[in-house]
Amino acid sequence: MSRFVFAPCAFALALAVSPALAAGEADLAEIREQIRQLKESYEARIQALEQRLQAAETKSAAAPPTAEALTASAPVASSTPASGIAAFNPAISAVLQGVYANMSQDPNRYAIAGFAPSGSIVPAKRGFSIAESELTLTANVDDKFYGNLTFSLSPENTVEVEEAYGLYTAAPYGLAPKFGRFLSGIGYLNDQHQHAWDFYDAPLVYQAFLGGQFQNNGLQVKWVAPADVFLEFGGEVGNGDSFPGNDRNKNGVGNGNAYVHVGGDVGSSSSWRAGASYLQTAAKDRTWTQTDLAGNDATLAFTGRSRIAVADFVWKWAPNGNAQDTSVKLQGEYFWRRESGDLTYATTDAAGVTQTGNYRSDQRGFYAQGVWQFMPTWRVGARYDWLNPGSVDYGANGLYLANGSFNPQRTAVMLDWTPSEFSRFRVQFQQAKLKPDLTDNEIFVQYILTLGAHGAHKF
Amino acid sequence: MASRIRILLGLLLAATAAPALAVLNVLATVPEWGALVDELGGDKVKVYVATNAMQDPHHVEAKPSLIARARSADLVVATGAELEIGWLPLVLQQSGNPAIKPGKPGYFEAAPYVNLLDKPTRLDRADGDVHPGGDPHIQTDPRNIAKVATPLAVRLAELDPANAAFYQSRYKAFSERWNAAVATWEKQAAPLKGVKIVVQHKAFTYLIAWLGLKTIAALEPKPGVEPTTSHLSEVLELLQRDPAKMVLRAAYQSDRASQWIAERAKINIVVLPFTVGGDDAAKDLYGLFDDSIARLLKGAQ
Repeated sequence: MSRFVFAPCAFALALAVSPALAAGEADLAEIREQIRQLKESYEARIQALEQRLQAAETKSAAAPPTAEALTASAPVASSTPASGIAAFNPAISAVLQGVYANMSQDPNRYAIAGFAPSGSIVPAKRGFSIAESELTLTANVDDKFYGNLTFSLSPENTVEVEEAYGLYTAAPYGLAPKFGRFLSGIGYLNDQHQHAWDFYDAPLVYQAFLGGQFQNNGLQVKWVAPADVFLEFGGEVGNGDSFPGNDRNKNGVGNGNAYVHVGGDVGSSSSWRAGASYLQTAAKDRTWTQTDLAGNDATLAFTGRSRIAVADFVWKWAPNGNAQDTSVKLQGEYFWRRESGDLTYATTDAAGVTQTGNYRSDQRGFYAQGVWQFMPTWRVGARYDWLNPGSVDYGANGLYLANGSFNPQRTAVMLDWTPSEFSRFRVQFQQAKLKPDLTDNEIFVQYILTLGAHGAHKF
Repeated sequence: MASRIRILLGLLLAATAAPALAVLNVLATVPEWGALVDELGGDKVKVYVATNAMQDPHHVEAKPSLIARARSADLVVATGAELEIGWLPLVLQQSGNPAIKPGKPGYFEAAPYVNLLDKPTRLDRADGDVHPGGDPHIQTDPRNIAKVATPLAVRLAELDPANAAFYQSRYKAFSERWNAAVATWEKQAAPLKGVKIVVQHKAFTYLIAWLGLKTIAALEPKPGVEPTTSHLSEVLELLQRDPAKMVLRAAYQSDRASQWIAERAKINIVVLPFTVGGDDAAKDLYGLFDDSIARLLKGAQ
């Protein structure tokens, strides 16, 4: 073995000696240092190879295939991994987004008739703006945990923690527990980040019922059944501060949800997934402003339970499962929401009426969309949104309040170009009728750029 | 009610607790490793292949069916070298199966056992689909298959020690037959040495190195980037000065670019099966190379 170590050293030495006679002291030192390094690196490599050989021998001793296998089963020596403190840096990826928006109605007055305001759901401001940027760090923590941190950087220069969770990767029985803050697994689109959606903005059902996306601060456990067909169960508990709930300054569990997903392939060209989800949460003094029957602005505060059920379906087709040239994706989700509890009505004028009465609402809606990749890198898509404000029983407050029967609707078409896995450009046109007698024509031109670690191809 | 729940839970646990291995459930990411596991494992293994020869193994999604198969897999056989980076990590994570995590005996990667070619000297996405470790399409050289078979046989025996002798004898038989076949292919392919070719995607690095073919150009301007008309015109110009015999593409790739260049440069199109199942003749690993060599020889005429 030592012959291998010293042969190159001797060779290097021979090369080095003759010019060194003429060279100065500094050159000599440098050459010595190089030889030392060369020797060290060879020794280290040979040691590593010996260790590998030993490992392979002990392994093969337990189950010896052939003599040939002993030497061959050691992996080919690859380049030395990065050393020092940088070696364990997490994988970093960033998403840059921007949009040009043209809207015929004032986005500052964006609201969906018949549905209580649900948070920041305004699609964009008029003109050029950057949309949400995202920064994600992920890595295995140790042999038992995996961690993910996703910041969302808003165009208004605020930083939000979109996701910050740990995943217990060593759990038995196929359980996958997640804890921290994460996008809930309810529905199909909810746990996908906005830049992965096929349209610029969220479907109306997500805007009206979940305030965009349902973020859970708490625990999640998922379990995939050991079967040939995909069958997944999931359950979550959290503190319940995401819409339709709110922060209630309360110990214990604030929201709970459960879902089941089934899926599989049909032949080699089609894949599908269907799911059913149920979410239960509660709100305390969830406040908004609504025009009462007299035409005045009144402050309403809801305290009570909110329950949502979702049915979702997605189907993807590509010839032989190869989406290089062409592919089709169809998806749809149906939402139901029932809220029951008390509603406090307070006028904002000098009369100062305040009254609390029973409140109960049953509302629903759906969206359906299709995306067709008609040639490499180019896709077109269409989406239809529909909401039903349903029946709202204001109890004693029925004297002052009524809910219309107007069905908000929206129709969108989009065209996008995806030159590589890491960039996408999209044009979207949509006509939104979110309030009676008002039509909003919206145009979005959007870019999405992904930097850094390779993203996952989620189904 | 409570007792019913307890019975249900008991059943669930019983279903998930690892039973004595009747057969080893293997999830292979690409058809060549599925075929190799079949050669080595015979009826002691049950193989599910995640992709077919008509799919680009880079661009697969973490489909529900794959998560389901990963859930009950005892062994995952992958290429590695970032071939499956877009989907396999997610499939493994979502399956909740700790036995097949990277680093565990239930996770096997082929790439570390072969010498990877085409290691990029700089890592920059401006250069297209760059694989930091080198070209992952290692299966186009049959000698790589042999290199992977050795540690794979060891791994099968390690996971299923009761059948260690069985895997050993299958490995020995395969190894002998395979080495003889490689010698035959090399003899058949001797006229291909030095033959000039054009490739659509840089997917045949190992095949080209093995047979001594000479690549003049690639139709993709950069790996993984769709051929553009301007780049194709450049290739055409190049071919008029330095003619090639044929243009190579894998079965899963679109035929437009190769057809365009073949018509104008008057050269043959050779569609290689690329992996097991890529055409009717490539039914197994032997068929894959029998057919590939035959097609190349025909294209070189």
